[in-house]
Amino acid sequence: MTEQIDAGLVAEQIAESGEQSGPDGTRQIGQARRRKEDARLITGQTRWTDNITLPGLLHMAVLRSPMAHARITRVDASPAMQRPGVMAAFSGADLAGELGSLPCAWPVTADMVHPDHPPLATDEVRHVGDAVAVVVARDRYQAADALEAIEVDYEPLPPVLDMEEALKDEVLVHSDKGTNKSFLWPFDGGDYDAAKAKADVVIKRRFIQQRLIPNAIEPRCVVVEPIAAANEFTVYSATQIPHILRVMLALVTGVPEQKIRVIAPDVGGGFGSKLNVYAEEVITLIVAKHLGRPVKWTESRSEGYQATIHGRDQIQDIEIAATREGTILGLSVDLKADMGAYLQLVTPGIPILGAFMFNSIYKMEGYRFRCTGVFTTKTPTDAYRGAGRPEATYAIERIVTELAAELGMDPMELRRKNWIKHEEFPYETIAGMTYDSGNYEAATDKAMQIFGYDDLRREQRERRDRQDPVQLGIGISTFTEMCGLAPSRVLGSLSYGAGGWEMASIRMLPTGKVEVVTGTSPHGQGHATSWSQIAADALGVPFEDIEVIHGDTASAPMGMDTYGSRSLVVGGVAVHLAAQKVIEKARRVAAHMLEADEGDLDFADGVFSVKGSPEAKKTIQDVALATFAAHALPEGMEPSINAEAVLDPENFSFPHGTHLCAVEVDTETGFTKIRSYVAVDDVGNVINPMIVEGQVHGGIAQGIAQALYEEAVYDAEGNLVTGSLVDYLVPAAPDLPEFTTDRTETPATSNPLGVKGVGEAGTIASTPAVINAIVDALRPYGINDIRMPATPERVWRAIKDGSSGGDRAAAGTVAYGGAQTAVTSGDTAGGAE
Amino acid sequence: MTRVEVMVDGVRYADDVEPRLLLVHYLRDTLGLVGTPIGCDTSNCGSCTVHVNGVSVKSCTMLAVQAEGAEITTIQGLGGTGDGSLHPMQRAFHGEHALQCGYCTPGMIMAAIDLLGENPSPTDDEVRQGLEGNLCRCTGYQNIVRAVQAAAAEARGDRTIDLTTAEANR
Repeated sequence: MTEQIDAGLVAEQIAESGEQSGPDGTRQIGQARRRKEDARLITGQTRWTDNITLPGLLHMAVLRSPMAHARITRVDASPAMQRPGVMAAFSGADLAGELGSLPCAWPVTADMVHPDHPPLATDEVRHVGDAVAVVVARDRYQAADALEAIEVDYEPLPPVLDMEEALKDEVLVHSDKGTNKSFLWPFDGGDYDAAKAKADVVIKRRFIQQRLIPNAIEPRCVVVEPIAAANEFTVYSATQIPHILRVMLALVTGVPEQKIRVIAPDVGGGFGSKLNVYAEEVITLIVAKHLGRPVKWTESRSEGYQATIHGRDQIQDIEIAATREGTILGLSVDLKADMGAYLQLVTPGIPILGAFMFNSIYKMEGYRFRCTGVFTTKTPTDAYRGAGRPEATYAIERIVTELAAELGMDPMELRRKNWIKHEEFPYETIAGMTYDSGNYEAATDKAMQIFGYDDLRREQRERRDRQDPVQLGIGISTFTEMCGLAPSRVLGSLSYGAGGWEMASIRMLPTGKVEVVTGTSPHGQGHATSWSQIAADALGVPFEDIEVIHGDTASAPMGMDTYGSRSLVVGGVAVHLAAQKVIEKARRVAAHMLEADEGDLDFADGVFSVKGSPEAKKTIQDVALATFAAHALPEGMEPSINAEAVLDPENFSFPHGTHLCAVEVDTETGFTKIRSYVAVDDVGNVINPMIVEGQVHGGIAQGIAQALYEEAVYDAEGNLVTGSLVDYLVPAAPDLPEFTTDRTETPATSNPLGVKGVGEAGTIASTPAVINAIVDALRPYGINDIRMPATPERVWRAIKDGSSGGDRAAAGTVAYGGAQTAVTSGDTAGGAE
Repeated sequence: MTRVEVMVDGVRYADDVEPRLLLVHYLRDTLGLVGTPIGCDTSNCGSCTVHVNGVSVKSCTMLAVQAEGAEITTIQGLGGTGDGSLHPMQRAFHGEHALQCGYCTPGMIMAAIDLLGENPSPTDDEVRQGLEGNLCRCTGYQNIVRAVQAAAAEARGDRTIDLTTAEANR
């Protein structure tokens, strides 16, 4: 969609109030430009998918399984047809030949068990919320009403809820597959056993990554406008991935790709949950094709809790080996990752992304990683902000902290001793990644100083000495992450089904204005603003003269979309590269206009001038107009200075930072208060510090939410107990502290702008910072772990029992079998083990 | 069907509606005022907040017929449309980068205006408590608190809302 900045008053007020830019050498990069996106968002002139109405639009509602696991013995959708306003009703069987199977684009191993995933279930339902039938009616109320007329007979089957139980294969989620194990994915760097043999200390821990619900505030929605006679479809979807969705809809439905146009209008957040190809997108297209009329489906929040992907959900068995002096020798990671009932678009790849991050910023000799993907009768998991890296960062930052406690070292001192030194970059890690740049010392020093680390340690000692009922804890997270997905050859080596490039094109309009077309698909990240800053600097045109076009496969025909903190480091850099191509074409025209050699022209601030005679000059706008007129172009030159760049990045992006959290834990109530939170992030060069700070804030909030508040809980029958926003605690303003953010800037060497990704950094960093702080506060009580979310009840129970607080004390709640007991203190092994 | 007459954003409407029709669906589907979005089905998220007779109300918690005779203001009637200038709270949200995806923003702005109506000089904690019924997943709320304080400060005449490109890190 074109960024619809309203002409007239709103834009004027905003433009007048801000600082003007112009072709006067003012650099836009690095400035806190207020966002172009805001004009329509603060005035309600938005185009969310659910806002779209079309002549003859019909509304679809979906009947979902109330059971976690059952055989469908009968579905009769026809009684719904008797209800007022109902146009059509379909069961899975009615549409089975047309709906195909939902795609998984990441078969992580050659022998991965990859079950069919029918958009509408036909024989069996495998999680509460599995779609069974649909009704299409004149309005959304009539469609919802008619669902209750559909008759379904279920023959209950036992649910499969616990991953370790599931791996016994006593009850199969997919009976035709013979196993609940989807894959075993191994990776070895160095020789872990040899490293462990040299160790004085080996610590084993089991950490639990609870299941989370992403909760983008805009629910999912899809509208399909068909021209049935021509087999053509315009699909509006609240998606992060219009381009990938188009390809996948073509592959799944058999509609030729060129007959499908996908538009992601204004999209209200994603956090990974809209990085998918969903049943409802396919069903709505097929139903619209049947009816020859536009059809809309909008999920309710509670429906989305069952039908939109969940995140995290891993059992992590971690072992770290070190010398008595605190040199880390090796790390072993054994993951069980809950896939849920089916493999969604990149479900199996999520834990694998973590494989390269458990070693984090630390040097070591041996690393072993094993990941088992497990099917259960729950909503499928997939990418949720950070996607594999928060889980990895949590485990390493927790166990390094535990190692320090075991050795009696300060946890920061242990980190300093083991991290990659500033002068050692570029550095090839034990997991095979080459970190291009970083400065952990600088970020840490700055964070420690802002935080007042030594003073807080002193206060902690005093509170311990006087047995204060409110104990102080300090949590550290010195994180890095890999983002900027991704070099295509690496994705290929990991068996991912597509590349990691990104496209940008620049159109110079006759009046000298500029259109930047990007293949990224923003949903809150502010690409229109940041890309304008990049293009303004490169072309020397005013920030205000640039329009950024995105999210429509007709107007932005190539793209790999937005996820994995990739947009700036791949898509934003592509804008810069496209601008360079425009300048080179324009240089040729300018040289012709000035009757000079191209080599004699300087280009600065949007002006071509002849070396030695600066009065002989042409602006890039002059050149754009001359090119449009095309009366006198260089011999053989086509009349265009527009250009396109497709960038395949040479490396991932490795932002890093040091997050420090101080908590006060009331040992009498179990209540945790975050007293201060300091984040010093290093995301390389910064395009817009205001947007970067906003991304860090929101990221930290989501990581804190995992640490303290959020958990998707299923009962023993496989019902989602936290089935609505009433029961699932998305933090509100009073639940979060004020953050102190700052940054260091160590430019990336892998791209010409020196930028790194920022979208997920806060989420990746903050969860272990908070939990490390709580454990630090409670260590004198014999506590060395606390289960997430660290609710007051869990903390209170942990203090009473000297344990990790166990599972949520909901009657009938079943959690991960062994997880409740295994988190005792580490064993200290002799070097001969 | 029941007759309902309301004034919405300065325009008088009279419609026959189903008694069960939610006010938010009346605004969106009947009147086409889609600037007020829906974020949940349990009245937790606050995205649909509007003013009914000057007081902020989650428009999913009210039936259209309950609004009979009421004067309703939505984000679309606040400012920035037609000849109207932006409301200071809208400028403050823009100036303090208090929105990212913007989906919660209409409700957040409407709730924030009501908050300052009740308490023109709130503490940061009072702002956070006052906006407890409005969920944002993008911002971590920090810049929303700043925006409300910036609008409050401008209303008190202490300082104007900052829209310059000065470094955002504070």
